Amino acid sequence: MAKNNTQQEELLGRKPPGWLERQLGTEAYRALRGMATNPISVIGTLLLAIFLFVAIAAPVLAPPAHTNDPYQIPRDGYGQVPKPPGTEWRTRQPPLPFWWKAVTGKDNWIHIMGTASGQWDIYYGVVWGTRTALRVGLVITIITAIVGIIVGSVSAYYGGTVDIVLMRIVEVFIAFPFLPAAMTLSAVLTPIIGRGLFPPMIAIIVFGWTGVARLLRSDVLSVREREYVLAAKVIGVSDARIMFRHILPNAIFPTLVWASMRIGSLVITFAALSFLGIGAEVGYADWGQLLSFARDWMTQLGEYWYIVTFPGTILVLFVLAWNLVGDALRDVLDPRLQGSR
Amino acid sequence: MVNYVIRRLLLVPLILFGVTVLIFGMLQFLTPVERSALYVRDIPKNERALEGVIKQYGLDQPIPVQYWKWLVGTRDPHTGEIRGGILRGDFGYSRTASEPVADLIKRRFPATLELALWAVLPVVSGGVILGVIAAVNHNKPIDHIARIFAIVGWSFPDFVFGLLVLMFFYADLKWLPPGRVSDWANQVIMSPEFHNYTKLITLDALLNLRLDIFWDAVRHLILPVVTLSYLWWALQMRVTRSSMLETLRQDYITTARSKGLAEKVVIMRHALPNALMPVVTLGGSTVVGLLGGVVIVETVFDYHGMGLAFAAAAVQLDVITVLAFTLLNSLIMVVAYVIVDVLYAYIDPRVRLD
Repeated sequence: MAKNNTQQEELLGRKPPGWLERQLGTEAYRALRGMATNPISVIGTLLLAIFLFVAIAAPVLAPPAHTNDPYQIPRDGYGQVPKPPGTEWRTRQPPLPFWWKAVTGKDNWIHIMGTASGQWDIYYGVVWGTRTALRVGLVITIITAIVGIIVGSVSAYYGGTVDIVLMRIVEVFIAFPFLPAAMTLSAVLTPIIGRGLFPPMIAIIVFGWTGVARLLRSDVLSVREREYVLAAKVIGVSDARIMFRHILPNAIFPTLVWASMRIGSLVITFAALSFLGIGAEVGYADWGQLLSFARDWMTQLGEYWYIVTFPGTILVLFVLAWNLVGDALRDVLDPRLQGSR
Repeated sequence: MVNYVIRRLLLVPLILFGVTVLIFGMLQFLTPVERSALYVRDIPKNERALEGVIKQYGLDQPIPVQYWKWLVGTRDPHTGEIRGGILRGDFGYSRTASEPVADLIKRRFPATLELALWAVLPVVSGGVILGVIAAVNHNKPIDHIARIFAIVGWSFPDFVFGLLVLMFFYADLKWLPPGRVSDWANQVIMSPEFHNYTKLITLDALLNLRLDIFWDAVRHLILPVVTLSYLWWALQMRVTRSSMLETLRQDYITTARSKGLAEKVVIMRHALPNALMPVVTLGGSTVVGLLGGVVIVETVFDYHGMGLAFAAAAVQLDVITVLAFTLLNSLIMVVAYVIVDVLYAYIDPRVRLD
């Protein structure tokens, strides 16, 4: 039988499945091959790999001045006027990275990307900000996805009153425009839990789960009607087991794609809150916070271009990387889109 | 259709109730002292007077009672006038603006409305046109450029974009300044000869036949409007393109072509109306984006509208003001969703007959 299949495939001009395809199964293999051959996803993955490297190598790329609190950006004095890239460190110079002398042959550490007002070192903030962005993006996305998955699947599986009540609650939450709502809740929470990353993160999670819930609900609704679910019910499988073993694995793919595409916009929202001055305290290594320094120099940005350009470009590339990967993933996993490209 | 619309409208009070409960819930994170700003201008410093205020406005009473008072206000026993009550349009006193929140909103609203009105047309039309062009030229260079624009544009945070255009077009080139109008124009607007009919400066300038003021206001609006719109071009372009591609593969399009209809007629008359349906559903998220975008854009361009006041209040943790703006925002959202739903039912017969 197996031989027969191979012959058929040869006749059709197809190659027999290779080792990797046999290991992963046809579906997953095709998705993986789609990802590896699509230039868009290759660029995205490459960019993400670079960011991951920067995050991991942060202590080597920009050795911290305060070892017990590495997220605190070191500052070179307290002067208000930003200094351009290439200026030498004058006061309280952090330890020199070992590769610096080998690459440039110099003995003194410089402000590679200049300083912002208050003499915060932009390069340090950009490097350590990568860690903040990854951490914040992943934590928010994972928690919103979990909340959304629970609400969406419970709502769709039980239906009836449960569904109606949960969906009305979702509608109340989406009546709040996302960014202003997140700003509001952070402003409410800040006096209670103190300034820092937590108020904006909690706020984004509270107003961010509704999309997942709706998406998963509609997918679970369609899977719920399949025969194998009915069969499982008939033989007396428990609700939880049907949900987690039979329905969710078959309904969850669009949600995962959605989550990967969502990381980018959640990081933007978090950065926007920091930029507006809600969120990380001044001097915390966070891109939005770095960009907020530009607000002091709105009319002289031509002269102090480096305050905007460096953190801004990095933020755009980071979001772009996630969006490219998510976009490619969607194209590969959505069979309706196959052939349209 | 009528049935559908009625069912939709019946949900509105329910959702509004949920919205007020959520906002009232957030208010409960404040201490009674902070909440007294809902009713009195100056929170008294001395403890006895403070006790009196809390007693008088029932800030120590059970939560349902407080919720009711928050909705309809309470009567001052000495003067007999009603204080507070969001249903009466009284949102309390803004600490950051040192005036009643309602006055702040009234003063700042026209500026934001003007910005939003100027942004609506490019927001709605730009992306759709790009999407149709991209779909019709499927897999040609123009399609690839449009797709790259869509994904890069969507990855570009509006505040970074705003800072960059401000850097090029103001700081470097000195073409397009931030703010709402120049100082000289502001003096003219404040002068008695200038009639403020609508408080929308561009419109008033035209009504007063002052083209120089109009041009000045437009120059200040260009960058904020572009910053507010480009994100939505990217999103709508993407949706229009894929929906158009899907529609163009349908049998009835092949039929129309084989009948010998001109390609232009096939695209504009047969394909586009159907392809636009998913775009209409973006209406809700576009309004979400505009309400958020306004906060960012007004902050970046120092444009004195509601968004800037909201951001300033949020940074200074003036929760009373912030929550009033949030309430207004959700009101706008609920109305927008109803309009989108009705519009959708109107253009899609499948919903109408359901």
